Amino acid sequence: MSIKVIKPGLLTTVQDMGRYKHQQEGVIVSGAMDTFAMRIANLLVGNPENTATLEATLQGPTLYFEQDQLVALTGADMAASINNEPVRMWRPLLVRAGSTLVLKNAKHGCRTYLAIAGGIDVPSIMGSASTYLRAVFGGYQGRSLLADDMLSCHESTNKVAALELKLTDEAIGNWFSQPNWTLEPQSYMVYEDQPVIRAMKGLEHDLFKESSQEGFWQSQFQVTAQSDRMGYRLLGQSLLLSEHKDLLSSAVTFGTVQVPPEGMPIILMADHQTTGGYPRIAQVIAADLPKLAQVQPGRIIQFKEVSLQDAHALYLKQEADLEQLKSALSLKFTKV
Amino acid sequence: MNRKELLPIQLIPLGDKAVVLQFGEEVSEGTQSKIQAVAHYLDSHPTPGILEYVPAYTTLTVYYDPWILSEKGKKNPYDKVVGILQSALSKAKDDHKANGKRLVEIPVCYGGAFGPDLEEVAEKNNLTPEKVVELHTKKSYLVHMIGFAPGFPYLGGMDKRIATPRKSKPRAVIPAGSVGIAGTQTGVYPLETPGGWQLIGRTPLTLFNPEREEPSILKAGDQVRFIAISEQEFKKQVKLHEH
Repeated sequence: MSIKVIKPGLLTTVQDMGRYKHQQEGVIVSGAMDTFAMRIANLLVGNPENTATLEATLQGPTLYFEQDQLVALTGADMAASINNEPVRMWRPLLVRAGSTLVLKNAKHGCRTYLAIAGGIDVPSIMGSASTYLRAVFGGYQGRSLLADDMLSCHESTNKVAALELKLTDEAIGNWFSQPNWTLEPQSYMVYEDQPVIRAMKGLEHDLFKESSQEGFWQSQFQVTAQSDRMGYRLLGQSLLLSEHKDLLSSAVTFGTVQVPPEGMPIILMADHQTTGGYPRIAQVIAADLPKLAQVQPGRIIQFKEVSLQDAHALYLKQEADLEQLKSALSLKFTKV
Repeated sequence: MNRKELLPIQLIPLGDKAVVLQFGEEVSEGTQSKIQAVAHYLDSHPTPGILEYVPAYTTLTVYYDPWILSEKGKKNPYDKVVGILQSALSKAKDDHKANGKRLVEIPVCYGGAFGPDLEEVAEKNNLTPEKVVELHTKKSYLVHMIGFAPGFPYLGGMDKRIATPRKSKPRAVIPAGSVGIAGTQTGVYPLETPGGWQLIGRTPLTLFNPEREEPSILKAGDQVRFIAISEQEFKKQVKLHEH
């Protein structure tokens, strides 16, 4: 049961929802940048949400399937095709043995997720399959994929047995098949070119000059090319403290917006260090992290302030939507 | 028991999935001891929805899952997490013995190829290299936090007489296990990284190994003591750890 990497793409890594409980040892969380798209990909193929998937960045991989395999693509649109025929995202996809899946450059969004029914067979290290690139462990040999890598996969769950049978039947004489249903459009994200990213005031927000505070919330910032899984370096109005202050290092988290002395903010992303010592002007809310993860370098973003209460309401709504999606899918899987 | 001192601690949200417990502004053993008391309490009272915590100099940051704490949207998750943490703060006992404070000994081969900057550190402080080693091994150090890299300890308590500024030009590669000085701080590099620390020695111990049940040898709150060993002993210990 394996998938052969023909072309690895720009940065393709194995990621689940992240490595928790070890930040106190300095071990970063890692995990999918857009956990929302990643979890949906898993749900579409009957996997538990936290199953290891592939995360492709900006330019996707080319993969050869040695065996029939149920998969799903979510996240950024990379004009996916199988043997030159376009395939649809956000719905299950039965790939026949001997077919090649090609992902190209991301048109909308930045990161595409490929879930494989059963999941990719990589060892769980410190409770997670996620790739920790800098420490070289987790995922596929602690690194991003290279040409000729072979990915083996676990058996798919019983949940999708009926769907697999039906799609295999329908794929006879073809390279692949897909069901005629898709997810409700509101249940996944539309990736805007200039998204508004909602955030709360950070712990050191009030230490910044008033003009910097105003500038942060009212002007636009560009996500520069020096942006990666560790952090997004932004370009825009310089943000300065009203007076110099040395801060003691303490914990930071996914979405923390910190400002080094030269004044250009950095948003910490999935591979952020566990602790930091720069003043934190804002914190992106959890519900908008998936949207942020899909912003390509070069794009413009604008922050909008929300309260903790609103942030929680938005996050709970997103989780409730996912719950609903789960029950809708189990119905679809049984009523094949 | 320090119940009175534990109570007036500030709870500050770090976004919508974490809360910072701020234990005043003073970097001290007393502060770290209070932080550890709460950490131990959370360890021994696992609560669904409380994911993990990160101790630092004057803070303990606790990460939570709002969906679980809200009971799938029925309750206010912030009220829930504050309730859990306030209860932890009021029940945690600041008691060194009960919390099992550990002393971790780290063998170090000083000078030579392992500590290429030992001479420079000695010269800049008008000391002999032997005296630098003596001062470095004399004291015990408190692990205030682990951060920057897996297993990297922020140690407090170095003798000011061996404080030395960082190298003006950082090295591209610092081998794993290197023991260094940067300003008034001392530390051990668990993994090979670039860096500007003055390197005075190296330990044969593997400070961090993801395959081990306890990947990091050191934890915040530990006391560390450096023990000088010979090059021969270093090689013997390296062999020992290979098996």
